[in-house]
Amino acid sequence: MTPPLFRVRRLRKEFAGNAVLRDVDAEIRRGEILGLIGENGAGKSTFMKILSGIYEPTSGTLELEGRPIAFDSPSDARRAGVSIVPQEFNLAKDLSVEENVFLGAELLKLRRVLDRTGMRVRTAQLLAELGANVSPQDRIEGLSAAQKQLVEVCKALAFDASLLILDEPTTMLTRREIDRLFALMRSLKARGMALVYVSHKLAEVKAICDRVMVLKDGELVREAPIAEIEPPEMARCMVGRELREIFPPKRKAVGPVVLEVRGLSSPGAFTDVSFTVREGEILGFAGLVGAGRTQIAEALMGLRPSSGVVRVGGKEARARDAKQAVRQGFGYLSEDRQGSGVLTGFGIAENMTLVSLRDYASLPFVIDRDKEVAKARTWRDRFGIKASNLAAPLESLSGGNQQKVFLAKTLDPGPRVVMVDEPTRGVDVAAKQEIYRFLAELAAKGAAVVLISSELEEIIGMCDRVVVMREGRIVGELEGNHVEEREIMYMATGLRTGANA
Amino acid sequence: MNAALSFLQRVDKERYAAFVALAILTVVSALLSPFFLQWQNLLNIIRQVSYTGIIALGMTFVIVSGGIDLSVGSMAAFVGCLAILVLNGSFEAGWPEGTAVAAAVACAMFAGLACGLANGLLVTKGKIAPFIVTLGTMALFRSLSLYMANAGEFRSASSLFGELGSSAPLGIPLPAFILVGLAAALAFIFGRTRYGRYTRAVGSNSRVALYSAIDVDTTRLAAYTVTGAMVGVSSVLISMRFNSVGSSTLGVNYELDAIAAVIIGGTSMSGGRGTVWGTVVGAITLGVINNMLNMVGISPYLQGTVKGLVIIGAVFIQRQRQ
Repeated sequence: MTPPLFRVRRLRKEFAGNAVLRDVDAEIRRGEILGLIGENGAGKSTFMKILSGIYEPTSGTLELEGRPIAFDSPSDARRAGVSIVPQEFNLAKDLSVEENVFLGAELLKLRRVLDRTGMRVRTAQLLAELGANVSPQDRIEGLSAAQKQLVEVCKALAFDASLLILDEPTTMLTRREIDRLFALMRSLKARGMALVYVSHKLAEVKAICDRVMVLKDGELVREAPIAEIEPPEMARCMVGRELREIFPPKRKAVGPVVLEVRGLSSPGAFTDVSFTVREGEILGFAGLVGAGRTQIAEALMGLRPSSGVVRVGGKEARARDAKQAVRQGFGYLSEDRQGSGVLTGFGIAENMTLVSLRDYASLPFVIDRDKEVAKARTWRDRFGIKASNLAAPLESLSGGNQQKVFLAKTLDPGPRVVMVDEPTRGVDVAAKQEIYRFLAELAAKGAAVVLISSELEEIIGMCDRVVVMREGRIVGELEGNHVEEREIMYMATGLRTGANA
Repeated sequence: MNAALSFLQRVDKERYAAFVALAILTVVSALLSPFFLQWQNLLNIIRQVSYTGIIALGMTFVIVSGGIDLSVGSMAAFVGCLAILVLNGSFEAGWPEGTAVAAAVACAMFAGLACGLANGLLVTKGKIAPFIVTLGTMALFRSLSLYMANAGEFRSASSLFGELGSSAPLGIPLPAFILVGLAAALAFIFGRTRYGRYTRAVGSNSRVALYSAIDVDTTRLAAYTVTGAMVGVSSVLISMRFNSVGSSTLGVNYELDAIAAVIIGGTSMSGGRGTVWGTVVGAITLGVINNMLNMVGISPYLQGTVKGLVIIGAVFIQRQRQ
């Protein structure tokens, strides 16, 4: 029997004596897609970083086709045929797509001169295979998040990889793009490549993988062929509870209308958008990436010029800037935590009070620190944020806890209309469940909640009413039992329009 | 002993690095020269660093907010020229000397504030990079000063003005009092008020600040305006000291010294982090270095070399820590 492509034996990694990976044995075979799942902090990233040469293991061995091997650097691993598509983009924004794809490993002719034609042709070919609507000469800066993701995939495929690791590749992609990526993964598999697919989306793991490995607290707790394990069991292995318990029970909102939007338009983003949100309601906004959902939230927050009518509690509330929007009762949790959400250099408490700082002024301008810390403590306790010292810098927290701090920051001014944009992006299952519970509680207390999400599971699990957008317009609205995946996708992709209720 | 050690481990290293460096430097200087610790020498150092130190206080706000102000030296000359013109003008118009001096001080403050406001408006409303705006105004303010004084100097007609400049209440030079007073006030604003918090937020990530309903433009504008006001104060103090203003000499290299003090004091060049007291320590450190170089007889022409190396070294250490 031929040895597997890759085998790791008793792989262990410690940081300052702290074991994050505990003696993991695994093999990765040719022509197979291996699903790697686990909560944040379960050791998935460490495992991948060892495979791709970023970390050296504390102990344990790696074997490539039966021969022991050690990687000194990522480029070492890349030469040996291991490529990784990282979760965070690693692209030079001022360079073109083709320059990025071959960055650090440019094709040359005459030994010194860049083979630009060669690189362009190869890039164009890869992009075509991916079905990406991107030209090799486009600059990275102008691309959408989904397009950047595809460029990352191109970059990993530009060299003859025998093992391709994909770390959460679908968080930024739309349904259609995911389908394309999956088709590509299957064709790579058919060519004999080994793939490792890391994801929080268990349904996708079920759909694409041949075998699944579950990591928990650095240990391999379950390994099974995909036919033998269902998503609920995967979730149970990861955290010890069923997936369907993740969403709190829905409740139907019967309160008065809090937010009323009539004929709102913003040039270049969305046109003639009208909707209402009731007290205690969670209204879902579904649609493909780029459909204009985020832009609506930005317009309501006064971060983008708009025209039309916006009323909160019956009063005119179209805001010129974010300060005014906050005063009128809007709160916005943006989709980009690092870029527009929280300040990594700031303390935890300082982050929580950033929007509402005015409320902590004892004299007109002087901050009452005791009051601030006391409030931060109540948020910490309410959200179960794992932080002993609230003055500690935010980057000392895990992604899920940072997201909770962001949520606390958004809610601290006590908004009546809470808009959350991809609230669970990149957080683990346990934190997700908590965030869903907080949103449900928030609605139960009378806030009007707008949930913008690309995860249909989330929209369907949380919302009783869903607005579907396509190309800057609202194309339909679903309610109650009609809120289901196929219906939403038909509308979002333009196969069907209209409302039913 | 153990308690002391654990205390040392607990203190925020970044915050106190500048203090520690200054303490070591002081010990070394004292060992190198018996004159260093003499009261008169120490007062001299304090006086010398006060002028750029005051400017550096404002510069701290600008740099923490993510900007830079290169125009402070030229602005000092420009503001000084205006102040002396007002002083002499009102004195000759028959105003009492005290009133004339007060008018000059008020003029310097107001002119500095206005110049800073202009810088700030160009940066925020004009959306031009701070480096470019203040490089431009640096040339502009210097040129206007030279034109006004025909490249010469303006002498003050008031002896009171000059006396104030060399006055030393309680034996401490006047500029030192003002430096400490302003530092205390600005440290309070920086650390304890909303505006200080917003300044750090804007410098840390202006997009996050914008999304957090913070008025980013006003915050940055205020930083340049505060710096302008500090330049006004500094300029009037240095004019008093010489009882004249040299249009080509006043404020030369002040931007260098002020930025150096801020950086040595531990403020991050990329914005978001820093302290006002750190800047004071940074300014004193520069003064002590110059003083030491004088005492051990190193050519004054080489002082710039040392200063340059210290600035680069401080930023290098910052990078290593990140």
